[in-house]
Amino acid sequence: MYRLTTRTRAGTATEIAVIVLVVAGLALPAVTSRGVIQDLFFILTMLTLAQIWNLLAGYGGLVSVGQQAFVGIGAYAMFAGVILLGWNPVAAILLGGLAALALAVPTAFFAFRLQGAYFAIGTWVIAEVTRLLIAQWKALGGGTGTSLPREATSNIMGTDAIRTLFGVREAAARDILAYWLALALVVAVTGCIYWLLRSRLGLALAAVRDNVDAAQAVGVDVRRLKWAVFLIAAAATGLTGALIFVQTARISPEAAFAVTDWTAYVIFIVVIGGIGTIEGPIVGVLVFFALRSALADYGSWYLMTLGLAAIAVMLFAPKGLWGLISARSGLHLFPVRRRLAGPKIEGGH
Amino acid sequence: MILRLENVSKSFGALKVTDGVTVSVRRGEALGIIGPNGAGKSTLFNLITGNLLANEGRIELLGRDVTRAPAMDRVRMGVGRSFQIPQPFEGLSVFENLLTAAAFGRGGREAEMVDDCARILEETELLRKANVLAGSLSLLDRKRLELARALATGPELLLLDEIAGGLTEGECKALVATIKAIHAKGTTIIWIEHVLHALTSVVERLLVLDFGRVIGIGAPDAIMVSQQVREIYLGLEV
Repeated sequence: MYRLTTRTRAGTATEIAVIVLVVAGLALPAVTSRGVIQDLFFILTMLTLAQIWNLLAGYGGLVSVGQQAFVGIGAYAMFAGVILLGWNPVAAILLGGLAALALAVPTAFFAFRLQGAYFAIGTWVIAEVTRLLIAQWKALGGGTGTSLPREATSNIMGTDAIRTLFGVREAAARDILAYWLALALVVAVTGCIYWLLRSRLGLALAAVRDNVDAAQAVGVDVRRLKWAVFLIAAAATGLTGALIFVQTARISPEAAFAVTDWTAYVIFIVVIGGIGTIEGPIVGVLVFFALRSALADYGSWYLMTLGLAAIAVMLFAPKGLWGLISARSGLHLFPVRRRLAGPKIEGGH
Repeated sequence: MILRLENVSKSFGALKVTDGVTVSVRRGEALGIIGPNGAGKSTLFNLITGNLLANEGRIELLGRDVTRAPAMDRVRMGVGRSFQIPQPFEGLSVFENLLTAAAFGRGGREAEMVDDCARILEETELLRKANVLAGSLSLLDRKRLELARALATGPELLLLDEIAGGLTEGECKALVATIKAIHAKGTTIIWIEHVLHALTSVVERLLVLDFGRVIGIGAPDAIMVSQQVREIYLGLEV
């Protein structure tokens, strides 16, 4: 007599739009410049990091400010794979995910003993310790860093085919490959988060976020859930970090473990777009990119403007820009809410 | 026996909030717990549910020692609870609150739980508001949701913590009728309550706590005329 529904027309329209956008995105290098591809790569990788942080903080209640540890370790593991093991850079990206996963285990072991702000600070401390340790790794350039060897960057799998297909030079082909991988990663990460939120675990995550004691009282294994979310987020962040540094082909501890680039900007994107929604980071990354482009020449004014924008959104639209849009329009592009349909229910038919 | 506590104690630093509590509860029984504020009533619930672990003593549930078992294991063994201050999952709808409890408390698939959740919502008069966000509910509806969510876990033993507090007489009456119906179906109930007429209309035995110790247990009529209980709990000079 009663039915559970999650599907909405907006959700179906979004699914179709995503397929169209992905196909268009794959074909885009044929009609656009290298600069646009590089900008899109930046947007897609930042969006991936933002979706992952949103999963951690917005759904899992784990406000980490140490995600740069996983970007950095992922990137360094990729470099180690290429320089020390002679792997192809694309294959070495997987090493980045594994290394981040391995680092996440001791990180969670220590950080989960802390709560709230202490957890946030704890993750930051662990990221700094990791950066200092990596800076001692002489084979990968120590404190000054290193570059991917020429023979590795000129021989990345798939670039020859891209050169033939689009008639571009080697460096442009490498950018196109990195862009495609970023597109695949953002679709995979967002798709997995969407699936997760619509699964049983999505309910558990929301329950833990809202009230840990009550979640335990209905049988949610809070500890296991937090571990799972933290490890998944770390591995995905490591993959993203490795991919970012395949594109730049140059690494240093400061760049790979930069709290501003890989955590502060990511938090800005999620907060300004709307925490706890899949749509929020998408809106946030577009606003972030627009501000970054407009204010690139203004030095520290750029960071001050970002800070002011974040404060304004927190004061006047605490659910972010997407929260504002959604509250006024009732629109949910990625619906995760389960609705009970049936007699005697308001709006249940 | 569905539940047996043997010499259970709990301390926070130097403060002993539960002091050698021993009590047994029969399957299908309704036991009321009364006592002044700070007597350790809610702590006793937290010890039974596993939200807190006892420092001393033994807790048996359905004949199994669960003294060190985590809360979720006890939920799956059939312990459902409501909180004194309603703690809904505010970002989820009323229905999703129940669905979470049903899916994790019983370990089933969401689709299999839908009709049962709808039935519980109807019994607790929340069906109309199934798709409303829990964070927007009134106090009465939050109390109903506490009860409904506990029921959704499929409890054999239902722990109710001051569920009638703050309600009007009419609202209280309706809630009592719902609790009686749940009890009539065979669910064992332990109910902490200050609204005594509501409590005594349901329970078969009353347990009185003071400073974490059991100072009386027995039929409500006998307990309410006990001199010690009247002095400690009701503040009456006898």
